[in-house]
Formats: sequence, structure tokens, C-alpha cells
Amino acid sequence: MSLVLEGFLNTVALTLLSFAGALLVGLVVAVMRIVPVPLLRGAGAVYVEVWRNIPLLAWLVLFVFGLPEVGVRMPLFWTAFCAIALYEAAFVAEALRSGVSSVATGQGEAARALGLSFGQSLRHVVLPQAGRRVVQPLANVAIALTMATALAGVVGVVDMTRAAQRINLELAQPLLVFTGAGLCYLVMAAGIGFGARVLERRLA
Amino acid sequence: MFDAPGPRARRRVFWASVVSAAVLLALVALGLRQFAANGQLDADRWRPYLTWPVWRYLLGGLWSTVVAAFATGVLAMAGGLLLALRPNRFTRAYAEVMRTVPVLLLVYVMLFVLPSFGVNLPLFWKLVVPLALSHAASYAVIFRAGVESVDPGQREAGLSLGMTDGSVTRFVVLPQAVRHMTPLLVTQAVSLLKDTSLGYVVSYAELLFNGRVLANYNGLLIQTFLVVAFIYLVVNLALSRLAHRLEAARARAAR
Repeated sequence: MSLVLEGFLNTVALTLLSFAGALLVGLVVAVMRIVPVPLLRGAGAVYVEVWRNIPLLAWLVLFVFGLPEVGVRMPLFWTAFCAIALYEAAFVAEALRSGVSSVATGQGEAARALGLSFGQSLRHVVLPQAGRRVVQPLANVAIALTMATALAGVVGVVDMTRAAQRINLELAQPLLVFTGAGLCYLVMAAGIGFGARVLERRLA
Repeated sequence: MFDAPGPRARRRVFWASVVSAAVLLALVALGLRQFAANGQLDADRWRPYLTWPVWRYLLGGLWSTVVAAFATGVLAMAGGLLLALRPNRFTRAYAEVMRTVPVLLLVYVMLFVLPSFGVNLPLFWKLVVPLALSHAASYAVIFRAGVESVDPGQREAGLSLGMTDGSVTRFVVLPQAVRHMTPLLVTQAVSLLKDTSLGYVVSYAELLFNGRVLANYNGLLIQTFLVVAFIYLVVNLALSRLAHRLEAARARAAR
């Protein structure tokens, strides 16, 4: 029973922490991609392309088995956290960027015509309007991230999927065990969807 | 997002470029130092990747990846079409469940559950079937959006010309829908190709699994997986470029 709890808690913790990390890094990358400094724009684009075109499992393997070989030692959970957060940050950055570019260019031009600086027009004009539009895409990233945490089980983190597999070896009740694990993911996704709808209404 | 910069803005951009270049260079230098300090940059550890047998092995893995992705794509598209054409409570529930349950869980069901019920598929299908089940839901979403993107007036016009419902769908709606969907389908192909890396779990000899075998054999872990990641990057970047091209072509045609 403790294995069930451990798996569930690890999945929830990994999801929440990685999403927080992905939001933070993704925000930085998204800002890099829209500032008027060519070098930063390029670096942001490279970040997004490199991270999202390589499978997460490849990143996890590289991080978990590779990092110790270059002298970076972290607990397994945190290594998986880094890989997942940095990977999903690319998707967060894309969601944020498309939210910003969906705000009509006339809005930004009007803000500048009023003499607002780049930072001011971003903060007071563009971002508030982009805010509501990015909620749904970000919720989709969060749900994808919940599913992605299952891959951490492959490299040894005892998450829900991995726990289900181990419990199944002991109990030999496959239908019960795997349906239960599937239901847990459904509940988490439903929670994210609900939170997104509430947030969307607040920002409307 | 910003006007053409004047002299002051240009100065600011210049200094921002200098500072960010310094920061980026420092990060790269830190990474390289860490690699060098642990002997990971030694020529000996990289030389095998200049030889053909290693590449032949990895490219063989890439070929298996492509085959698995192709088989999955065909199955998932067929399933997605079925789901999209029959929007009812069951298909909606199916799409919702598949959008939230990790593919890995389905793979585990294939690996550990079905054999005890006497269903023991070859490795290839243990990878392809769960992927297809999960991606069918994504394809259904793309197909439905594609069909909905066609102006209803097109269907009405076809019907008023006396075409039957089926031939309107086939000759008027679908050709336009396909053009709208193509970029999304290519993006989906990237996601599919990435998901075949689950072959690592089912021991199907695709690119990532071959990387693991190779790393176990020659002990060059970082080098092997960096090369594997690089191959994924090149292939998927090419696909993403294609999606961009198609998107641009579509935007031009729409104008």
C-alpha cells in the first residue's frame, strides 16, 4: 500500500514542481524570443528547437546517466525534475509566445504611440490581454507534463506508472492496478482542466 | 513588438547584446570545462563516432524508428478518421481518456497484462499498438478541426449543385480540409517519432534502444546519447521545417 502512496505522491510532486520550473524557464525563454536583441532572440529560438525536437526519454537518459559522468551529482528525483522542467519549458515558451503574438499588433503600436516603453507596453497592454488566451494552451502543456512524468519511471523514479507495474508483479491483479493508475491520471487532468476554466473566468 | 530603433535604442541593444553574449559564452565555457575536467572531451572517446560501423548501427536504429513511426501513423490516422467521423459519447470519452493517460501505461499493459491473458504480440506491435491507440485521439482532434475549418457555404454550394452528401464530402470538403491540416499532421509526425523512443522500454531495436545497447558495449555513455539526440534533432528539425514551409504556402494560397 505504501508503494501506491509513494508512487502517487511522487507523480503529483514531480508534476507540480516541474510545471513551476517549466513556467519560470519558459517565461524567460518567451521573453528572450520577443525582445529587440537579435542574439537573445536567436538563443531563445535555438533553446525551443533543440529541446522539443529531441524525445523526453532521450533527455532523461542523458541527464540521469550522463550528468554524473561530467561530475554533476543530484538525487534521482531532482535530476528527473530538471530534465522534465527544461523540456516542457520549450512548450510553455511557445504557448506564451503565441499568446503574445495573438494580441493585435495595433495594440502594441498604440501603446508605443502613447510613449510607453517596451517594458511598459508589455506589462500594461500586451500581457494582460495575452493572459487569458494562454490559460488553455498552458493547461494543455500541464496535462502533457502530467503524462510525461510517467517517463521518469523508466529511469528509476518510483512514480505512479512504475509503482503500478511493481504492484502488479506482486498482486497479479493487472486490470485493477492499471485501471486504478489510469484513473489517477484522469483525476489529475480533470483537476488541471477545472483549474484552467476557473482561472480563465477570473481573467476574463 | 517594437519600432525601428533610434540611436539611443540601438546603443541599448548593443550593450544588451554584449552582456548576453558574455553570459551565453560563460555558460558554454562552464559546460565545456565540466566535460573536459571529467575527460569527456578526449579524442579517444569521440573517435568511434567517426567510423562507419557505429553509424551503420545507429542509422539502422533510425530506420526502425521510422518504420515504427510510419506503421503507427497509418494505424492512428485510420483510427482518428473513424473517431472524427462518428462523434458520439463513446468516441469523445475515448479521446478524453487517451489525452490524459500516459502512453507508457498502455505500453506496460501490453508488456505485463495482456500476456497473462494469452495475448503476446511481437515486440514491434507491443510498441506500435499502444502508440497508435493514443495518437488516434490526437489525429481525431486534427481531422475534426480540419473539417470544421472549411466554410459551411462550400458544402451548401455543393449540395445546391445537386451533388450527393457523400460526394460533397469527398470532392469539396475533404480536399480543402486536408490542405488546412497538412502542417498540423507534420507536427504530429514529430511527436509520433519522438514517442517511438519508448522502444527503449519494450526493447524494440529503434534509435534510443540501439543507443543504449551501444553505450553498454563501448562504455561511451555521454557521447553515444549525445549523438543519438543529435540524430533525433536533425530528423525532427527537417520535419518541422517542412511544416513551416507548408504553413507558409497555405497562407500564400489563402491570400
